[in-house]
Amino acid sequence: MNENILELKDLHISFDTYGSEIQAVRGVNIELKKGEALAIVGESGSGKSVTSKEITRLNPRPQCRVKSGEIIFEGKDLIKYTETQLQHIRGKEISMIFQDPMTTLNPTMTIGNQIIEGLRKHQKMQKKEAYHRAIELLELVKIPNARERFKQYPHQFSGGMRQRAVIATALACNPKILIADEPTTALDVTIQAQILDLMRDLQKKLQTSIILITHDLGVVANLAQRVAVMYGGMVVETGTVDELFYQPEHPYTWGLLSSMPRLHKKSNKLESIPGTPPDLSDPPKGCPFAPRCPFAMEVCLEHMPDMTKVTDTQSTACWLLDERAPEVKKPELLNV
Amino acid sequence: MAQPEKKEITADMFRPATVQVEEKEEITTEAISYGRDSMRRLVRNKPAIISALIILLITVMAFVGPHMNEWGVDDQDLMRSNVPPKVTALSKISLFNGVSSDGTDRYAERQIEDNFWFGTDKLGRDLWTRTWKGTQISLIIGFVAAVVDLLIGVIYGGISGYFGGMTDNILQRIIEVLMGIPQLVIIILLIMILKPGLLSIIIAIAMTGWIGQSRIVRGQILKIKTEEYVLAARTLGAKPRRIIGKHLLPNTMGQIIITTMFSIPSAIFAEAFLSFIGLGIPQPQASLGTLIDTGSQIVDTHPYQVLFPAVILSLLLICFNLFADGLRDALDPRMRR
Amino acid sequence: MGAYILKRLVLMVVTIFVIITITFVIMQLLPGSPYENEEKLSPEQIEELNKKYGLDKPVSVQYVQYLGNVAKGDLGNSFQFGGRDVTKVISDRLWVSVQLGIESIVVGVILGLILGVVAALRQGTFTDYGAVILAVLGISIPSFLLAVLLQFVFSMNLEWFPVAYWEGPMHHVLPVLALAVGIMASVARFMRTEMVEILQSDYIVFAKSKGLKRYTVIVKHSIRNALIPIITIIGPMTAAIITGSLVIEKIFAIPGIGQQFVESIYTNDYPVILGTTILYTVAFVIMIFVTDLLYGVVDPRIRLQGGDS
Repeated sequence: MNENILELKDLHISFDTYGSEIQAVRGVNIELKKGEALAIVGESGSGKSVTSKEITRLNPRPQCRVKSGEIIFEGKDLIKYTETQLQHIRGKEISMIFQDPMTTLNPTMTIGNQIIEGLRKHQKMQKKEAYHRAIELLELVKIPNARERFKQYPHQFSGGMRQRAVIATALACNPKILIADEPTTALDVTIQAQILDLMRDLQKKLQTSIILITHDLGVVANLAQRVAVMYGGMVVETGTVDELFYQPEHPYTWGLLSSMPRLHKKSNKLESIPGTPPDLSDPPKGCPFAPRCPFAMEVCLEHMPDMTKVTDTQSTACWLLDERAPEVKKPELLNV
Repeated sequence: MAQPEKKEITADMFRPATVQVEEKEEITTEAISYGRDSMRRLVRNKPAIISALIILLITVMAFVGPHMNEWGVDDQDLMRSNVPPKVTALSKISLFNGVSSDGTDRYAERQIEDNFWFGTDKLGRDLWTRTWKGTQISLIIGFVAAVVDLLIGVIYGGISGYFGGMTDNILQRIIEVLMGIPQLVIIILLIMILKPGLLSIIIAIAMTGWIGQSRIVRGQILKIKTEEYVLAARTLGAKPRRIIGKHLLPNTMGQIIITTMFSIPSAIFAEAFLSFIGLGIPQPQASLGTLIDTGSQIVDTHPYQVLFPAVILSLLLICFNLFADGLRDALDPRMRR
Repeated sequence: MGAYILKRLVLMVVTIFVIITITFVIMQLLPGSPYENEEKLSPEQIEELNKKYGLDKPVSVQYVQYLGNVAKGDLGNSFQFGGRDVTKVISDRLWVSVQLGIESIVVGVILGLILGVVAALRQGTFTDYGAVILAVLGISIPSFLLAVLLQFVFSMNLEWFPVAYWEGPMHHVLPVLALAVGIMASVARFMRTEMVEILQSDYIVFAKSKGLKRYTVIVKHSIRNALIPIITIIGPMTAAIITGSLVIEKIFAIPGIGQQFVESIYTNDYPVILGTTILYTVAFVIMIFVTDLLYGVVDPRIRLQGGDS
């Protein structure tokens, strides 16, 4: 259970656009253990999506490039793989599902054929065999009338059903890792819960490791065991779900938690973190959150803090953990 | 992770930093209006700007050119027929040395003192004057037809889109029928009744060109009518006049300008085409189309006669298309197509 | 879908009906008489001829008669050629024009698709810019200018191809090329835009994430989807071919209906002009109809919902 199936080591990813370089990911270290669900949390532009897409090299080329770092999957560095080698990883070992099921499926191909494609490619299945497997998958993701649905086109599916079909497609070849990039963001709230339930069930049943990209902490609590919080292209805090929800150490995590809308809160006002994320074409040399941090110190603006172990499982990159830093009073976070 | 050098970090750096959060929230660049923003995008589009300059140059020449020498459009003199171009200053370039394709210097042979910069045609008329005069006519046709297109199209499409319902239904059925007929067939039939001439050509081209414009205007209005900001304005009690003036017009304007810009080259093309099949401006008048038509029939012996009008026509069409492309990208970056 | 087809069929018939009516009205408005050498005919002879062609009856009767004739495929008699049937004049020359049109469309579409796809796959490179410039030139420069240029360079100067007529395969090269370039340009431009958009779409990333080969992703998921909207430009393309064929046939002296049409304009042979006009309209309307049906068949989003334009 403690074996790492995937490790990102000091990953740097840049995008080249119109003469400027955007350093979208600046030294990310993430570990994913076998059978575990890890959530990567952060606001848009924090680099979480770029990081997850880069695992199987799905960011657009040639604009995007990995500057340095390693992506170790089962002991092998995927960065050194050729495109053809990677094609044997994609879909077979590592699958992805995306945010908007409306646009993720090819509108002119039947759902069935889109599921079958991967099976035929990776498992060399005959048409008939693949068909039966596809029906099985559709039933697995709880799509009723699977045989009929197999022949239908995406536009005949509702949003929730489409996302189920996308999950079925991604799971077709029993991948070891499933990367879900904001899988519920584009869905109605009631459907969101259903999809999350489905994913949790499937994870238990299939023992797939999951990387869940989200900005929604509710989703995290529902599905993940561990969390990595990203900001400005870096991981600023990692830990178990309980640790991050109950004893977060990073001011950004505090901000995230207090901006979560909650029912029984005294104030009606929605909390927000003032300010905007850093411009990654000219990243700050210190802590990227410092300009928005209410506890920022001079050192924060000049130097990036190291990841400091708080517990065996939790680490945080914040100067407040330095013994020279003044005591600060954590804001009241969870009065649940 | 970047390794900070621990030595540099001293205890006194652990003082609260003064970061003005409010300052960060302020919008640092000034707000740019839609018009100025479009203008900036257009100016940055080099092909479009170069095209605009070429169009401007050709337009100026179309009006100045005919007055740059002493010959009129219809000054015939058979003594100097089919004389190749000659510009003494440029006589190093074989195109302008006055020597025809069989190797004889026509100017010496016929003792012509003057220079005909673009040569002469078979009636001895100066092609410089005729080419620029023809350009002038082509440009007039292009602009006038585009303006008429614009008026009919906006009114027709506006009525159709704004009133909707039955009116729209009837107007659209008419358009569907009209669209089923190739445009040039209609033009040809119209010219047959009206008899070729500047006015009838303009009428014929404009009569068919407005359909595209009207469809675009209607589509835009229908779309905008259901747009949430218009619904919001209506909910807030805005009067129809305000909705038309403040929402419908400004939001369709870009599209209308773009379509009009594209209809100029297609009108110029239509005129050239008509001339080429014998339905163009009657003699002795000239348009680029008629010049190309007559020139192309003797292209093997006197290629220069078709060369200049062909180059100007091509330049005009290319530049108008490029400029319209640029305008579209500038005014409506979403509809790059 | 059934109702949709019916609607389009009705529209098609109405359009054809309208154009026939217009041609009839124009016939009535045009000056001159339908007989060659009218001045040589005596009033009696004219009256007899009028009787023979039904021109002595009221306009409304003539109109009904005309409709009936056109429906039967009788387009009247030419003013030239000793009064031959217009239908015969046209049908004798039709095949050559159809050949020219189909060859140009095939060549233009194939070249355009290749150019558009290659440009989109190499977006932002020199190949792409080259394709874009070629497309702008092809769209802007009229086919008759191109034809004159091709004729001048490749027939008159280099003498690689014959100057005119429609005999062996060598005769086809230049006219087909002149007509095809415009089509190639618009197809290339359309295809490029469409492909660029699709290549950035989520479903392409998803298809890639399934581990499919680059070839499969490009052909099965991108090109197939990009081809669907291309169908919408078949209509304008047909119009362009009809228009272009008039001048191309004139320039290369190709004995098709386009050349006949232009000649008829010069000689004021109204029955041939109007007959050809009807033929062009019918061809165009049928093409649009087929296009619409084709779109419905190819795009499941329209096929399965009855579609509405």
